[in-house]
Order: sequence, then C-alpha cells, then structure tokens
Amino acid sequence: MSMIEKHAIFEKNSIVLLVGILIAVAIGGLVEIVPLFYLKSTIEKVEGVRPYTPLELAGRNIYIREGCYLCHSQMIRPMRDEIERYGHYSLAAESMYDHPFQWGSKRTGPDLARVGNKYSDKWHVEHLINPRAVVPDSVMPGYPFLAKAELDTKHLVDVMKANRLVGVPYTDEEIANAAADAVAQATPDDTTVAKRYGKAVSRDFDGNPAKVTELDAVIAYLQVLGTMVDFTTYDDKANVR
Amino acid sequence: MARAVETKSFTLEEMGYSVFLALLAVVCVILAGKAWDWQLAVHATVGAIFAAAGIFLIIKGYQSRLANPAQEIDGKPNYNMGPVKFAAIAAMFWGVAGFLVGVYIASELAFPFLNFDLPFLNFGRLRPLHTSAVIFAFGGNALLATSFYVVQRTSQARMPGIVTPWFVMLGYNAFIVIAGTGYLMGVTQSKEYAEPEWYADLWLTVVWVVYLLAFLGTLWKRKESHIYVANWFYLSFIVTVAMLHLGNNVSVPVSIYSVKSVQAFSGVQDAMVQWWYGHNAVGFFLTAAFLGIMYYFVPKRAERPVYSYRLSIVHFWALIFIYIWAGPHHLHYTALPEWAGTLGMTFSVILWMPSWGGMINGLMTLSGAWDKLRTDPVLRMLVVSVAFYGMSTFEGPLMSIKAVNGLSHYTDWTVGHVHSGALGWVGFVSFGALYCLFPWLWNKKGVYSLKLVSWHFWTATIGIVFYICAMWVSGIMQGLMWRAYDKLGFLEYSFIETVAAMHPYYAIRALGGGLFLVGSLIMVYNLYMTVVHGEDAEGVAAGSPALAPAE
Repeated sequence: MSMIEKHAIFEKNSIVLLVGILIAVAIGGLVEIVPLFYLKSTIEKVEGVRPYTPLELAGRNIYIREGCYLCHSQMIRPMRDEIERYGHYSLAAESMYDHPFQWGSKRTGPDLARVGNKYSDKWHVEHLINPRAVVPDSVMPGYPFLAKAELDTKHLVDVMKANRLVGVPYTDEEIANAAADAVAQATPDDTTVAKRYGKAVSRDFDGNPAKVTELDAVIAYLQVLGTMVDFTTYDDKANVR
Repeated sequence: MARAVETKSFTLEEMGYSVFLALLAVVCVILAGKAWDWQLAVHATVGAIFAAAGIFLIIKGYQSRLANPAQEIDGKPNYNMGPVKFAAIAAMFWGVAGFLVGVYIASELAFPFLNFDLPFLNFGRLRPLHTSAVIFAFGGNALLATSFYVVQRTSQARMPGIVTPWFVMLGYNAFIVIAGTGYLMGVTQSKEYAEPEWYADLWLTVVWVVYLLAFLGTLWKRKESHIYVANWFYLSFIVTVAMLHLGNNVSVPVSIYSVKSVQAFSGVQDAMVQWWYGHNAVGFFLTAAFLGIMYYFVPKRAERPVYSYRLSIVHFWALIFIYIWAGPHHLHYTALPEWAGTLGMTFSVILWMPSWGGMINGLMTLSGAWDKLRTDPVLRMLVVSVAFYGMSTFEGPLMSIKAVNGLSHYTDWTVGHVHSGALGWVGFVSFGALYCLFPWLWNKKGVYSLKLVSWHFWTATIGIVFYICAMWVSGIMQGLMWRAYDKLGFLEYSFIETVAAMHPYYAIRALGGGLFLVGSLIMVYNLYMTVVHGEDAEGVAAGSPALAPAE
C-alpha cells in the first residue's frame, strides 16, 4: 500500500482530518511563541522602565482609539540610518508594559519610539490640531477635537486595575489615586505624580489651564515615549550570554 | 405540495436558538442601560435589536413553512441554498463597500484634507474599516457562501438544521456590523486584522463554533466515502482561524460595562502572538480557504478533473504545516530574538513550494481546456486569480528574506504585496466564484452578459496593475530614501521629504483602486440582471424543486 493510499484515512473520517489539521497547525506557533516567555533577552528588566502614569495611559488609549499605530511604528531597528534618524534601537523591555504592543508595521509617518522630548509641547499642540501648519507636506489627519474633549478620568482606576491583572505592577496607592494623578500631572508645579512614578513630569501639556483635555493626555504620552531608559548608562552586553 | 402536510413542528433547535437569543437580548438591554461609554450603549442596543430580530425570524420561518424541510426530494438531495444566496449577495455588497472605503482612504493619503478633521473620517479609524470590510466581510461572506455550497454539493447532502445555517450567516454579518461601526466610533484593540473588542470577539467565537459544527454536520451526512479536497481546505481554514482567534484575543475587559479591554500579553510576546495570528489570517483565511474555492470552481468551470490528486495531498499538508511558522518575518530586526526571525524567514522561503503546488494544480487543471480562456471570461478571471496567487506567493518569500525585508519593511511595498494578493487572488477568485454561483443558485442559463464580465476583468486588471506598480515604486523609493547618505556622511533626506515624494504614487494608487471599484460595480449590475432578467436554465420549471423553499 503506497503512502498516498494511506491518506484515505483522513479523507474518510472528518474527525481524523480535523485532528490531523490541528496537530499540523499547532507546532509552529508553540515553538516560536512559548520560549519568548522564558528567554532572558525577552523578559529582561532594564533600569528606568516604569509603568505609565494614569495621564500617559489615558493618552495611550487615545493613541490606540485614533489608530495612530497604523501610520507610526514604535520600533527602531538596529540599522545605521534608523539609529541616526530616531535614536538607540528599541529594547524589548521598553514595551514590556504595553498591553497591547504598539510596534506598528508601516511608517507613513516617522517612528515614534523615541519622539519624547524631541519637540516642544507647543509644537505638538499645533501639529496635532493642524499638521500642515507646522509641516506643510504632512499627510497626517488633523485632531482638533482632542483639544476640545475633556479627558474622562472616571474609569482610569479600572483601566489600571485591568493592567495590574495582566502583570503591570501598579501599587494600591497608585490605583487609588488614578483620577487625581491624571489631573495633577496636567497641572504645573505638581510634585505628587513624580513621587509615585519616578521621573514623570507634570505640566500643562496642551497650554489650556482651564481643563484637562484629551490633548493633554496624548502629548503626555508622546513626550514620555523612549525617554525612560538612560542610554548613557545602559549596558547592552548585560543580557548577552 | 403533496408532501406538505406530513410533519411540521417547532423543533428543539428552533427552541434552543430562540431561548439563547432571548437571553442575549436581555443581557444586551442590561449592558445598554448600564454602559460606561456611549459606544457600548450603541452596540448593546444594536445587539438587542439583532437578537430580537433573530427570534422574530425564527418564529416567522416556522409559521411560513408547510413542513419540516425534506432531506431529499424525488431522490435528489434537497440542498439548503437560501443561506448561500444570502451570503453571495452580502459578499457583493460588502465588497463594494470595502473597496469604496479603500479608495477613500487611499485618496486621504494623497489629499489629506479629505480627513476633514472629523474623528470618524480620519485615516486611523477608516483603515481598519477598509481591511475588515474586504477581508472579513467580502472575503468572509464569499467563503461562507462557497463553503456551504461546496460542502453540500460534494457531500450530496442537505446541510443539517433549520436555523443553524442562517444563524451562521446572519450571526457572522452581525459581527461585521458591530466590528465596522465600532471602528468608526473608535472602538479598537489596535491589533491589526483583529481590531474588534472583547464582546465582538466573544460573539464571533460563538458563531464560529456553530459554523464548524454546521460544516462537520454536513460532512457527516455525506454520501461519498471520501471528503472532497476543497473541503479539506475549508476545514483547515475553519479550525485554524478558531485557534488563531482565541490565541490572539486573550484580553481582560476593563469592565463588562466598558468597550475597552487590556491584552493579556505585552511587548515582544504580544508582537509575536499578533503576527502569528496576522500572517496566518493571510495563510488560512485568505489562502487555504480560497484554495477551497479554487479546487471546486476551477475544475467545474473548466469541466476538467483536478490535475493531480497526489499534488493536492502533498501541498495541502505542507501548506498548512509550514504557513504557521512564517509569522516572525513581520518582525525582522525588532526586539524579537533573531532565531525566531530566522525561523520565520526559513519557513517562508520553504512555503514558496507548497504555494506553487497549489498554483500548478489549479493551472494544470486547464490542460486540454485552455481554449476556453478565449471564450469564457469567467474562467479567465479564475485562472488569472491563480496566476496572481503564484506571483504574490513568490513575492512574499522574497520579502521575508532579512536583507530584502530591511528595505521593504515599514514601506508601501508591503501594502502593494498585500494588494496583489488581495485584489488579484482573493478578489478575482471570489468574483469568478460569484459569476458561477449566481446562475447556479437562481437556476439561470448563465451570466446575463459575458461581455460585461470581460469589461469587469479588464477594468479590474488595469486597476491592479496601477495599484501594485505605484506601490512598488513608492515603497522601494521610500526605503532607499530613508537609508540614503550624502557625500559627507549625513542622512540625505529628512523624513518629510520622503513623504512628499510619495504624492504622485499615492494618487496613482487611488486611481488604480478606483478602477477596481468600477469593475466591481459592473459585476453588481451584471449579477443583478442575471437574477432578475436572466434566461431560466433548461429543464427547470419555475420554483425549482432542487432548491429549498423560501426560508
């Protein structure tokens, strides 16, 4: 009996066929995914990387809501031109608190992995409201509605709780103060947020002291991207075996 | 209708679905009332309406039928073609909608004022609407229609259940509506091609399990001892998509009253899971399943048997085993460990072989019938789709090679590659199948106008050529501009200069997409005329006995 004839068992029995398919399609994924939860290079902890503050987290959720990831990557590859254009190549640890990741797959606009502190808040405000006012050739949509929308801080506490459930180490104190911290971070001269979240900066990001807007949150998020790790002291050989 | 009086009962199945939908409606009403965000309130209301409409349809179906549907009429299987008709029309509708949104967002990139500063019109929200509309709505309905048709015909058996086939069709399209309106309202979990939030994912899971059972149930009733090759591909598609969907959507809802959820995985693990899903959505949704279409419709239309039985066995198992490994080629040079990327690349290159195995099997089926390409534009469409399949499955492995990927990644080359597969392969094979299905389902002699099929074929083909050529040029050009250095060793171009250079190509791409859209509108007209004014097939009296009564 040739091999081909033995194949009849799959053709005559749908359950055998189904099980055969399941086995065939399970192997590749298991081999490629499971080790990532154990390897040193993918679960390394790097000095400086901290969970997002409530305001940054809210900004990240708006970034997701508007689909920014569809045109902006957050993953700098270790190539000369990328490092010169965007900065140090991205580390796995830098997105360890990103549920889900925002690496992106297309650069219709530039990479944003290290956009933090590259431009002033004022530039971001004008750019987000009307991109072509500051970059005439830009094809980015305008987001003037972010400046008008008041930030909903009511459920940030629940967003943080859900993040803690999947492994982001928020403390009880941080969670309890979620809404207050979000407002505080958008207020100049605040010191409480920095106390809880390392080097987090508080200021009026959108230049509108009257209220805390979605624009405040988005800019707070953009300004922290790529700034957590201090690459003057980072040891890139630490995880090489 | 002599046999009408026999039996008529409100079956256990109808009862079960009614109770399930009633419970669902109650849950939806509660969610709508207590929702934290207006988006969930809208979706829960829509869900409640859909569930209520479902119950209404079940009861109306019961009232209007004279008897429980017969398994056979005059010794021939009494195929259940109502749901197939529905999905065929839905595929046509969603196809046009999806292409239209595609043309619009392509125009936005060329002329950004088209975003109009409105949240629901901005590129970031419309892009998932476009991808989901063409992949899951157009492609998905084409697959539902053809899989239900093929599995019944090749099994010589009526699909089991009265409500079940309709539940799959309507339930799936309800998912599409929830997903699509969600994107417009900013509801997304930001995982490409898996953007719908937790509640839509849960609903799709329910529908998908029923789909698998309906498909298996038909196979179990088959009169042939062997399962036909097209059904292997459909089954692998259903099973694998279930696995991928469950694996990539592990998330914790912020609350059951919130649309928002948080992914279980983060960073590099999440990226790997996403592209394990993402690439195999291409592999199993857009490839294996559409090969199922090829394996039924090409031989049928060419009136030739499948070229090689051995080849279909070898390339089936090779294709599904190897495809799964290819995901990491989306993550070359990222924080993903290099060995994973290398594995992904290696398997992607190997994958070239089983892919071309499918192409060869499809094309060689025409042996001895090549002359039909001159006279039958529908067959031409099917054959050209297989040629596009061959082309994009050659380009894919090429782009997965690290050195090439270093240039192509993040550029329009990827977009062009996807569209040569999506427009050329998935689009054309679906159009070909629809041109076959409509006359078969409505018992017509043939398509209303073969000349219009020809027009569709050429408009769409020229559109595709514009599209992919524009993307090749813009992608490779932008990739090269990003890495260009001047004599003094500085980067030659700022990022925005590379964006400005894209403008003419983005305009050409929109034009190409526009032509493809025009082609699809020609098809809609042609198929509408086929149903309404087409000549009845010979030997079929009005109210054909081969079809199920209206349900």
